[in-house]
Amino acid sequence: MSDTQFDVNKYIRAQFFPQMWCPGCGHGTVMGALLRAIHDLGLENDDVSVVSGIGCSSRISGYLDFNTAHTMHGRALPTATGIKLANPNLKVIVPFGDGDSTAIGGNHFIHACRRNIDITAIVMNNRIYGMTGGQYSPMSGRGVKASTAPYGVPDESFDLVELAKGAGASFVARTTVYHAKEAQNTIKKAIEHKGFSVVEILSMCPTQFGRKNKAGEAPQMMEWYKDNTVPMGSKKLADNPDLIQRGVFVDDNERLEYCTAYQELVIDKVMKKG
Amino acid sequence: MAKGKSVTHVINRDWCKGCGICVHFCPKQVLELDSDEKAVAARPEDCIGCKLCELRCPDLAIQILIEEGE
Amino acid sequence: MAENIQFIPGSDACIEGALYAGCEFFAGYPITPSSEVAEGLSKELPKRGGKFIQMEDEIASMACVIGASLAGKKSMTATSGPGFSLKQEGIGYACMTETPCVIANVQRGGPSTGNPTHVAQGDTMQARWGAHGDHSIIAMTASNLQDVFKMTVEAFNLAETYRTPVVLMFDEATQHLREKVVIPEPGEIEVIDRIRTDIPVGEQYYPYLTDANGQRPMSDFGAGHRFHVTGLHHNLLGFPDVSPENVNELIHHLVDKIDSKANEIARYKEYYMDDADYVIVCYGTTTRSALQAAEDYRNQLGIKVGVLELQVVWPFADEIVREKCANAKAVIVSEMNMGQIVREVRRVVDQPEKVYFSNRVDNQIIKPADIKAALRMITGKGV
Ligand SMILES: Cc1ncc(C[n+]2csc(CCOP(=O)(O)OP(=O)(O)O)c2C)c(N)n1
Ligand code: SF4
Ligand code: SF4
Ligand code: SF4
Repeated sequence: MSDTQFDVNKYIRAQFFPQMWCPGCGHGTVMGALLRAIHDLGLENDDVSVVSGIGCSSRISGYLDFNTAHTMHGRALPTATGIKLANPNLKVIVPFGDGDSTAIGGNHFIHACRRNIDITAIVMNNRIYGMTGGQYSPMSGRGVKASTAPYGVPDESFDLVELAKGAGASFVARTTVYHAKEAQNTIKKAIEHKGFSVVEILSMCPTQFGRKNKAGEAPQMMEWYKDNTVPMGSKKLADNPDLIQRGVFVDDNERLEYCTAYQELVIDKVMKKG
Repeated sequence: MAKGKSVTHVINRDWCKGCGICVHFCPKQVLELDSDEKAVAARPEDCIGCKLCELRCPDLAIQILIEEGE
Repeated sequence: MAENIQFIPGSDACIEGALYAGCEFFAGYPITPSSEVAEGLSKELPKRGGKFIQMEDEIASMACVIGASLAGKKSMTATSGPGFSLKQEGIGYACMTETPCVIANVQRGGPSTGNPTHVAQGDTMQARWGAHGDHSIIAMTASNLQDVFKMTVEAFNLAETYRTPVVLMFDEATQHLREKVVIPEPGEIEVIDRIRTDIPVGEQYYPYLTDANGQRPMSDFGAGHRFHVTGLHHNLLGFPDVSPENVNELIHHLVDKIDSKANEIARYKEYYMDDADYVIVCYGTTTRSALQAAEDYRNQLGIKVGVLELQVVWPFADEIVREKCANAKAVIVSEMNMGQIVREVRRVVDQPEKVYFSNRVDNQIIKPADIKAALRMITGKGV
């Protein structure tokens, strides 16, 4: 744990700042929360690997002074799996978009959950494909306007928490960029957790989602998360079941982590046999 | 101002994109956007050092330095 | 020590080669006829402290192999047919990021599901051009199991030397064949380890800077150099850079680092070539029938037929093939596809009109009789 003052410059590649996200893009707030969590944990830059996919969100890896890989759209988790298996000492963190993680990377996502490999997945969920111009994602939700859904999205969306739970992730949480301190603390817990941890952070894309859905500017979009989310199990849900729950939904330390499982159930076993 | 504390608002004008998040959510209306659309601490004496602006700023452009004093 | 002689199938020859070369990591997804490689390595790697993982698909396997390589492990995957198509995205990423890795593609009948259990060589061009965008790549084959072993070792060596994915273009027939293979003692065949930077931690490390030896020494994730890897056009530090000069230099580098070394990378075998009037150019399983055809023509008719077996298919050895075919009255290219390497041979020889083609695309191995039919047409004499 660190008791020094947080200095963002320790963790970023300052030559790329100001970063290229739009004004008010929630992804920057997620990045801040992640860096503060890493600082709180007192992790050394050399010991952290940040692996992202493709998307506005996935640009994050380039901004951070760790062992970083900006991979292919959807393929952050399998790449991270290779990195983690090859060097289990690395803290491997995968921040990526809702499209990256649940559409093109959806299959990889559920299998990473199932394996329970010690990687922290941070889904920067802005409910839209920001990078490619505002097409709908599997997280947009019915009725949302998108450049490929001018009449509103006909699809049902995923509930990422339920998806991760069902697939077997051993740490599952949801928070928002409005709740930045909560996001920081949740990410901290997720990184500390040994096993596959999923943190969904409701982020925002004022440029694509905001404009198309008349959701206002960045502050109004952030405000929406204040008004429409509640802590897990809140009494308010009785009156308004549509409120989105925040909190840590799963924190299971009993499940065997994958690198450990491979070591114990495979390597140690064959070595013993000789 | 918070008792016995002095608060400094370090705002990186090169990084601030004027999104207004810090201004909107400051509980004490300390911050404003200036004519260049950059955040400034217009009423620093009212600041309670809650750091909400720092935590929410997407551009890592505000830092609140609190010095315990007196 | 007694010679280590084994009577094994082709898949085991590939596995033995991978282990000899120091492969430490395998990620894959089962597909006939390549699954035996995965099965064998799932057994052998953990015995040596290495790791095997069965991923959810070929896309994931390829990404996983790249991740392990970035963290410093010699890594490989194996696949066939549709699986090879799925790996192309990752192969392109490995080319772009110059991440060494080995992909065994045990060819089967295609397109699509085609014929999983029968032989073909229809992926030759896909190996070269399967990933989008300009790049170059190394692809190798073998026609007997001793060479399957050797080429597998060499694939790892070339991957490390040139920081590139290397494709092993085996086929169903060599993989399922059983033959005697002599496993050399350690050190008998050179094994090239990861070429790592000697820049001290804390000093600026350029992951894409060519040194005085023409190498781009690597660092591992976690080794202290903290570099960035991206599939975007990038500069010598690995950071995105789309300036025209930079992109131009990058693309030229990705292509030239392999194409300009075609003669060094080339591996080929010559049979009866010294005095050959007719040259059969072939690769992989096809070579076995070509040899039989050449011998029959020599022994029974006295017609001097030679065989040029390409073991490295890509980069295509333009100069070598041109030179070896220069004195031939005719060149016959034999492959189990509708004509892939024959285009290359026609491109490089002095007289493209003297290049003939002998193929089969019916999932049957090309027979000596097939090649002899072409020779009969060309020479006017048959056996
Ligand atoms: C294989 C492939 N298909 C499509 C794309 C185009 N593409 C780039 S980013 C993106 C979606 C990004 O959305 P998301 O992951 O939600 O991130 P955001 O930009 O919203 O942060 C798409 C479709 C691509 N790069 N690669
Ligand atoms: S388009 Fe949307 S997601 Fe992308 S940087 Fe702009 S606000 Fe962020
Ligand atoms: S939140 Fe940050 S970027 Fe936005 S106006 Fe305030 S200081 Fe500027
Ligand atoms: S620290 Fe709190 S009170 Fe002070 S400027 Fe920031 S948000 Fe306002």
